[in-house]
Amino acid sequence: MFNLMEKRRWYFMISGVALTISIGLMIYSTVTTGQPFRLGVDFQGGSIYEIQFEEAGANEENIREVFNSLGDENPIIQRLGDENDYRWSIRGSFTEGQSSEEVIEALETIAPVAEDSVNIEQVSGTVGQEVTRAALFAVLAASIVITGFIVIAFRTVPKRTRYGLCAIAAMVHDVLIVMGAMALFGLIFGWEIDALFLTAVLTVVGFSVQDSIVVFDRIRENIPKHVGEPYETIVDRSVWETIHRSLATQLNAFFIMIAILLFGGDTVQQFIAVLFIGLLSGTYSSIFVAVPLLVSWEKGELPLLEGDEHIAASPAKA
Amino acid sequence: MKHHYRWLVFVVILAAFALWVSIPGNEGASFDFNNDDEPDFTLTVYESLGLDIIGGLRVLLRADLPTDAYTRDDLQEAANNVSRRVNGLGLSEATIQLQGDTRILVELPGVVDEVQARQTIQQTALLEFVNFAGIDSSTIATYEGQPVLTTEQTRIEEQRQRALEEQGATEEATGEGEEATEALTDPTSVALTTIGTLATQLMPEGVNLLPPLTRAGPLQEDGEGQPPFETVMTGDGLSAAVAERDPTSGQWLIRFELTDEGGDVFGPFTGSNVGQPMAIILDGILLSAPTIQDALPTGGVISGQFTEDEAKQLALQLRSGALPIPLSVESFSRVGATLGQESVELSIRAGIVGVIIVLTFMLFYYRVPGLAADLALLVFIVLNLAIFKLIPVTLTLPAITGFLISIGTAVDGNILIFERLKEELRDGKDLRPALDAGFDRAWTSIRDSNISTIIICGILFFFGQTPGASIVSGFAITLAIGLVLNLFTAVLVTRTFLYVIVGLGSDAIAERKWLLGT
Repeated sequence: MFNLMEKRRWYFMISGVALTISIGLMIYSTVTTGQPFRLGVDFQGGSIYEIQFEEAGANEENIREVFNSLGDENPIIQRLGDENDYRWSIRGSFTEGQSSEEVIEALETIAPVAEDSVNIEQVSGTVGQEVTRAALFAVLAASIVITGFIVIAFRTVPKRTRYGLCAIAAMVHDVLIVMGAMALFGLIFGWEIDALFLTAVLTVVGFSVQDSIVVFDRIRENIPKHVGEPYETIVDRSVWETIHRSLATQLNAFFIMIAILLFGGDTVQQFIAVLFIGLLSGTYSSIFVAVPLLVSWEKGELPLLEGDEHIAASPAKA
Repeated sequence: MKHHYRWLVFVVILAAFALWVSIPGNEGASFDFNNDDEPDFTLTVYESLGLDIIGGLRVLLRADLPTDAYTRDDLQEAANNVSRRVNGLGLSEATIQLQGDTRILVELPGVVDEVQARQTIQQTALLEFVNFAGIDSSTIATYEGQPVLTTEQTRIEEQRQRALEEQGATEEATGEGEEATEALTDPTSVALTTIGTLATQLMPEGVNLLPPLTRAGPLQEDGEGQPPFETVMTGDGLSAAVAERDPTSGQWLIRFELTDEGGDVFGPFTGSNVGQPMAIILDGILLSAPTIQDALPTGGVISGQFTEDEAKQLALQLRSGALPIPLSVESFSRVGATLGQESVELSIRAGIVGVIIVLTFMLFYYRVPGLAADLALLVFIVLNLAIFKLIPVTLTLPAITGFLISIGTAVDGNILIFERLKEELRDGKDLRPALDAGFDRAWTSIRDSNISTIIICGILFFFGQTPGASIVSGFAITLAIGLVLNLFTAVLVTRTFLYVIVGLGSDAIAERKWLLGT
């Protein structure tokens, strides 16, 4: 059987590169735009107008003029779809009492607007702040509860902190990858972080922990069954035994997500894209981050962290 | 073996029931067991679709007063006022609810005139005390809860018309309508469209309002210019109103106090109209018309045959007129009706494509067990759809997405079982013991591996309770329902199908190992 854990330095390197790129993208985005990723109206307050014109005629300039005439100095204007869709997204400020009907009427001077196909969101700064606060609270609650869950799930394992921290490391890895991807999409497509993005991140966290637990569970089960075998062999066996399940499960989730990405409406596509990248990263990290990290730790290869005397002394190969 | 057939019967009946519930358009049924033409048992089910699908307006309002200036009851009354007016527009599907202690959420599904809706919602209550001298008690009884036209309403309507004309003039003069538009969206001037006039202009179908009452009688369609009733005082003149129980008679009554300005008008008027009725009118609708007993320069009591609830309700209505809570729009969304419809159709199509791929994959990869899993997955889907209609769960686009993702992960339980099964078979076990072991051992893994995601769903649900993030709740609810239901279908339903199939052809399967996917 192909020895998976022997190549663990490669996995660390791949993850290291991916994480460096993710963090680099967030830093680049912070330097150029002032934010690690583009915050949407959900968190910042403001207005989003998705306007469907019935015919050609709209361009960035005349839309900007309309918004300027309504007192919105600096709208962000983007075309949605291709040129023949006549669909535009305009991000503006929140003005108390400004009805969207006014905005639509003003835009009708450019071209007729299909009122049945508009999508408008106006959020005041106060509501945005509350959502931000609730979001931070949700992230905090999720971290605490998931850590607690891991501690309980591994309560019968002698070195449960070790298992728990490796699962958490894999989870943090996935969250950082997703954040980096979002920074990239923000820079390229202008995608913004909204409440649904946070939902996707937390769902990724749930699935990521789930994956790591299945593999760790098998390692725990196999250790007493194969006394005398080198630790790496036991771990390898456990990974191979669970890899069918991991891949088959993820594959089915991917089938559904790819179907939504290809055939679904554009409303939830960003959400699914983020979830997809997160699950991809989660599948990788449970096998190639959480487990190798555990092996390296037990073998005393991690700086500052003590290994397991018994395991560290055992030969690398059977 | 027998008990698997018993389970099969149960699963089939359950699935048939779920299928019946989830038929689009099915609204339930009522049963009359003893043939007395009165239904003894009624099951109502309905699809609840979110605003992002049917389209419409969603307005989050915030009370524009310091939080210590009003109570939660006052806010509830303000919400009741909004609700009454919105229903007056004929929007019976509207939902109006309090969000926390400072906010009111209004959802108006369907095609709604935004400008009119905003005006109606943000209007503050107009409370009037109206001279009803000479009106007999039978007319009063007929007109309780019905519109009455007053001088104050007429004045406000004239003011509104003038504002509209001025706006037209400004627009002509400057080519833009900004100033006047501002005047129109200002809550106080918006408030000037009163229900009295709304009731005549917008009499909704099905709501039986009488034509407004005037001095000369019910206002006929061509009856313009009929004298309205005289407004003596508006809610501004009232400083307090509470429901109390009279210590001697034990009757419920409402005690109210007047401001100095209110007393200056109210005192002389009541003094010269003792014995005559006086109408209390809220938003143009007659609440009650007590008889004046005495001159009331500082305040007084309203007595009648009130129950406790009625007295409290009237006191609250008086207070909401005395303390109109101005409401400002904090967040607003508007979804075009066709947009949501298109997105749903795309999501459903994507879902069907995804499900077909998953079914095919399971069948080819796991063969006979895969077939059992596929049947269980179909049961899982109809059970989900039935639960959405039974609870009911409001389906939004994120909610549908959560459901679709739960389908994708639903086979995880089966995969865990089948991989175990293969291992046991490889270890040399016979088919039946291998099956038993597969189901027994996989159960804890299935349970544990779902817990972390269910916990996350709980956190997301609470995050979705924040007014600005409500879209998240739908996703959390459907995903959580799917995960929990999956514990049942992945284990019990799959096991039932698999054991029945294996029972029917165990020799054939045992001879052809490829049927088990090994």
